[in-house]
Amino acid sequence: MWNFVTERWQQILFASYQHLSLVVQCLILATVLAVIIAVLTARTPWLAGLANGVSAVGLTIPSFAMIGLMIGPLGFGPLPSVVVVTFFAVLPILRNALVGLNGVPAATVEAARGLGMSRLRTLATVELPMAWPVIMSGIRVSAQMVMGVAAVAAFVLGPGLGTFIFNGLSRLGGANSLNSVVVGVVGVVILALILDLALVGLSRLTIRRGLRV
Amino acid sequence: MSENQNKPANQNNQTAQGDSSTGGTAILLKEVTKSYPGQVKAAVGGLTLEIPAGSVVMFVGPSGCGKTTTLKMINRLIEPTEGQIIINDEDVTGMDADKLRRSIGYVIQAGGLFPHMTVAANIAIVPKMLGWDKARITARVDELLELVSLDPAVYRDRYPKELSGGQQQRVGVARALAADPPVLLMDEPFGAVDPITRQRLQDELLNIQAELHKTIVCVTHDFDEAMKLGDWIAVFDEGAQLVQYDSPERILAQPANEFVEGFIGSGAALKQLSLQRVRDVTLLQPVTASPGENASDVLSQLQGTGAKHAVVLDARRRPIQWLSTRQLSRMEIISDQVDPSLPQVGESATLNDALDEMLVASSGQALVTGARGAFVGLINVESVTEAIAAARRTNGDHSAPVGLNSGTMAAVAVAAADQGPDDALPLDGDGPDGTSLEDSGVRS
Repeated sequence: MWNFVTERWQQILFASYQHLSLVVQCLILATVLAVIIAVLTARTPWLAGLANGVSAVGLTIPSFAMIGLMIGPLGFGPLPSVVVVTFFAVLPILRNALVGLNGVPAATVEAARGLGMSRLRTLATVELPMAWPVIMSGIRVSAQMVMGVAAVAAFVLGPGLGTFIFNGLSRLGGANSLNSVVVGVVGVVILALILDLALVGLSRLTIRRGLRV
Repeated sequence: MSENQNKPANQNNQTAQGDSSTGGTAILLKEVTKSYPGQVKAAVGGLTLEIPAGSVVMFVGPSGCGKTTTLKMINRLIEPTEGQIIINDEDVTGMDADKLRRSIGYVIQAGGLFPHMTVAANIAIVPKMLGWDKARITARVDELLELVSLDPAVYRDRYPKELSGGQQQRVGVARALAADPPVLLMDEPFGAVDPITRQRLQDELLNIQAELHKTIVCVTHDFDEAMKLGDWIAVFDEGAQLVQYDSPERILAQPANEFVEGFIGSGAALKQLSLQRVRDVTLLQPVTASPGENASDVLSQLQGTGAKHAVVLDARRRPIQWLSTRQLSRMEIISDQVDPSLPQVGESATLNDALDEMLVASSGQALVTGARGAFVGLINVESVTEAIAAARRTNGDHSAPVGLNSGTMAAVAVAAADQGPDDALPLDGDGPDGTSLEDSGVRS
């Protein structure tokens, strides 16, 4: 086991970097998308309900099936990986963003409007900052979840630690096959812990003091 | 006793021009209607209301009567379906709503502060939007915190959750006043604080108003609050039907109908007590003496007037003793010792306070002091009862601002108001603040 790791150290490190990079980039993209969708739907009850429904149903789709379906239209490589990881990353963030935006008291929004803030200014300086702690916790949930989803990306020849897992599983019983799977799984777990720690730090930096409990 | 003496804030609203802050401007609602689709009855039906410059107008009425809707139409948080709203000669129904709102202070229950911003950032919102420079904003924030009795050094950098309810409300008022708007709208501002804090906040608002002379429109469901704060009270029934629009004194003395009576609640005469100030009552002038005088001289003076007590004043004319004939007959020279338990009230205290003082001292009389504690006279139970009786007798020698709903006979008056200034708008007796309204009546 130890030999397996030291011999392929460079390879493992590179795969880990690619895995993390895929997740972080998709997470950023997903946050932007989720917040935009939430802002557009939060004020209209039936649209917000629809968005909530989609995010609930979406989470029940097996990621493996989803990525398999993407091979048809998108082929192999990073593109289907990004699409699928982003899709799953959006769901928890969207849900939390809706909860966060609806949690801003109507009276506070009215006070902002009453002071002469435009609709957009109210959103940017009052509603989003107040919803941010809830959105941030959505991002953390999402990060943990898509760390695993990203491993599946190896199935479409995407980047990341999934390669080790799939390689090992496909020749189970062969030399080093178990080592390969273990490296993949443990690597994903370690990355997940590192990312979560980073996100905790980010929350500390971005959540205004007045909102901290 | 004239109406004006009761209202120091209203009385000298022209002095506002003298200092740096802007005084209030007049507001006129002209046949304003708000109806919602799918509802037969309008939320606000053809309301015409004149709000004189520099005065405090209280909207009272049962919940759902349209008073808050009316208030929010002034800063167009709710757009009127029909009618005009004229602020300072300008029809604001067509102008940019955000721009309009930056020139109107808005205070809501519990302050409506933004929890993620410091006290200073909350107050700085409107000045920032108006593009003030940093130094000016900082100076203004400190000035406002002082105005609402919060120490800037302590509270500037706190977050709303680190403040008590009363303090949050104060910051809310400071935020509304930040860009020195001529008009202040308040939506049940003191509804969420305990009674003691509420009373203190009300007193502070009156002090601020005495200094700034803004035009304040305030919604409340508490008639006592309306009486305490208002120069004028508008009593609304459902659909913002104006039932009575008059001074607190007259509403108490002559409620328009049973609805208003019901709203005033019991003890209308008792409530008069808290409306009238000691200075409005004719005070008695007793025999006075100063330390060092011969007691016998004072005694003979007392016998001349038939009074039984003499008030001893110190060099600054502050009362220090209140001596009866019996006490005087026992001493030769009047001493300069101070009696700490004298029943005293300030000139601006309410008759309620004065009566309380008399009852506690069980003397039936109290000493009245004016500026710097100088003695001005005596008040007794008889003068209080007389003042109340007089208040209930006063009738129609002053005119209240215009307030009516279109339809029925009211429509005639509205038509008249549109024709010309001379006979149409019975303006507030204070004079100067009414002129702008007349103009607007002509132009429209």
